[in-house]
Amino acid sequence: MTVFNESWEAVIGLEIHVQLATNSKLFSGASTNFGALPNTQACNIDLAMPGVLPVLNEEVLKMAVKLGKALNANINSPTSFARKNYFYPDLPKGYQISQMDKPIVEDGFLDIELEDGSSKRIGITRAHLEEDAGKSLHEDFEGKSGIDLNRSGTPLIEIVSEPEINSPEEAVAYLKSIHSIIRYLEISDGNMAEGSMRCDANVSVRKVGSEELGTRTETKNVNSFRFVEKAIQYEIERQISEIESGNTITQETRLYDSQVNTTRPMRTKEYANDYRYFPEPDLLPVVLEDSFIEKTLEQMPEMPNEKKLRFVNEYDLSEYDASLLAADRDLANYFEEVTGESKSAKLSANWIMGELSAELNKENLHILNSKISAKQLGQLINRIEDSTISGKIAKDVFEKMWSSGNEVDDIIEKEGMQQVTDLSEIESMVSKVIDENPDQLKQYLSGKDRLFGFFVGQVMKESQGKANPAQVNEILKEKLKE
Amino acid sequence: MALSDKELNEIAYLARINIDKDSFPSLKGELEQILDLFEKLNSAETNEVEAMSHPLNLSQPTRPDEVTEEDQREKLQETAPSVQSGLFLVPKVIEGEN
Repeated sequence: MTVFNESWEAVIGLEIHVQLATNSKLFSGASTNFGALPNTQACNIDLAMPGVLPVLNEEVLKMAVKLGKALNANINSPTSFARKNYFYPDLPKGYQISQMDKPIVEDGFLDIELEDGSSKRIGITRAHLEEDAGKSLHEDFEGKSGIDLNRSGTPLIEIVSEPEINSPEEAVAYLKSIHSIIRYLEISDGNMAEGSMRCDANVSVRKVGSEELGTRTETKNVNSFRFVEKAIQYEIERQISEIESGNTITQETRLYDSQVNTTRPMRTKEYANDYRYFPEPDLLPVVLEDSFIEKTLEQMPEMPNEKKLRFVNEYDLSEYDASLLAADRDLANYFEEVTGESKSAKLSANWIMGELSAELNKENLHILNSKISAKQLGQLINRIEDSTISGKIAKDVFEKMWSSGNEVDDIIEKEGMQQVTDLSEIESMVSKVIDENPDQLKQYLSGKDRLFGFFVGQVMKESQGKANPAQVNEILKEKLKE
Repeated sequence: MALSDKELNEIAYLARINIDKDSFPSLKGELEQILDLFEKLNSAETNEVEAMSHPLNLSQPTRPDEVTEEDQREKLQETAPSVQSGLFLVPKVIEGEN
């Protein structure tokens, strides 16, 4: 996938903004619900009315502590807030409350898994809390811009990686891993299309073996996993071709345009990024007591990597199967429910990742909206295990369950799909097939062993696929000897 | 510490203040005095002192995550100069214009 001249190396760092799933805002008691009418969830603190003071939401601290633990990082206490100053109409205060010197989470790492099965450790520089800005609508309001401040003050945590990512594929693997973690921790819905998770990519290139970093650009506005990969790929190729044709790279912010798959400059003024940070005088340093941290960590769920290892050990799944199932907490729960019902982990995993995933993808459904419940799928697998139906017939039953919502046993019963295990019934079918094919019988008896498969096929056809193949084999062997 | 005209212009831009050429010499003089004071502060030995982000020796209280502010749009927009469909209207802003 990554095709660029082998004498070049890409150096990538990601900044990921995650919208925290709180009920109320970071510093005010206004609601954070998505999709409300403009400015109906913006109170006087969000509007920066004179004399108001921010009051910190405790839940946000708990979420940050959990994230810090999941990222193998240090939790700073005290941690403090800072003002980041810039002028824009959707930022009424003229500054964003963020963190600078003492971010709540610092010095962590994340092990990501690559497609070739190898793993790589990516350092996490920091994760800091900050408030989101409002939204500017540039459609024409009599030549003016419209401002909606509902999003103003919504809590965000920004996760900054070390520049230790070296390809678009690694960037996506890292992003997916962060996504999986925030979903597991239930600190965000991670919906990239709605902006609950946003990614900025710092990209530079250098000659392989060079110690010095090249000039980097920051690409913003990338809102899907696929676009992150494409935007970074484009930016790497652009920088290499600029340098190879004798130009230099300008340090700038670029915007990714998914319509035409290019990036273009957004801000170039050299002092546009002077945010003049200083400690936020309206907020005191935040002290996180040991007891608070301990109590918060007691609520940590089992994380994706731990779950994966447990799936390998407890259910004897392959690393690959286990990591696919463990990546999504809901999928992992579904799997464990199916396995609890069916007692066959391998079959459960196969059915979930095969037939079920195919149907879910086809209808673009999440596992939580599956038309077949975990219990139903478990029962279907039981009917294969106890030989009521064959694996092949099970696929038909699955289809019927998916479309009708009926129970496994009702479908098997109603459609007469039970596997034929009655020996006398199979015997009579075998005899019938032998009688009807005298020529093939003659050839078989004269040494054409391969025709055995033909007879098996004819018997299965006669039974409409319902005969137990093992029994058919055995009886055929007996009968053909006679 | 001497300040150049270019630096003064940049500071004015960041603060969104228009200053006229005539006031450059006096402004520069005053700002240079302030910068000198900061240089003096910078020369103090602080290696043994922990950085302080607030003069009060207290820590930040928190509030539970509850919605306490109901919709007050109508009241809050009474004083806004221009409003349409619930939005505050401001002079047109184009990304990257600054």
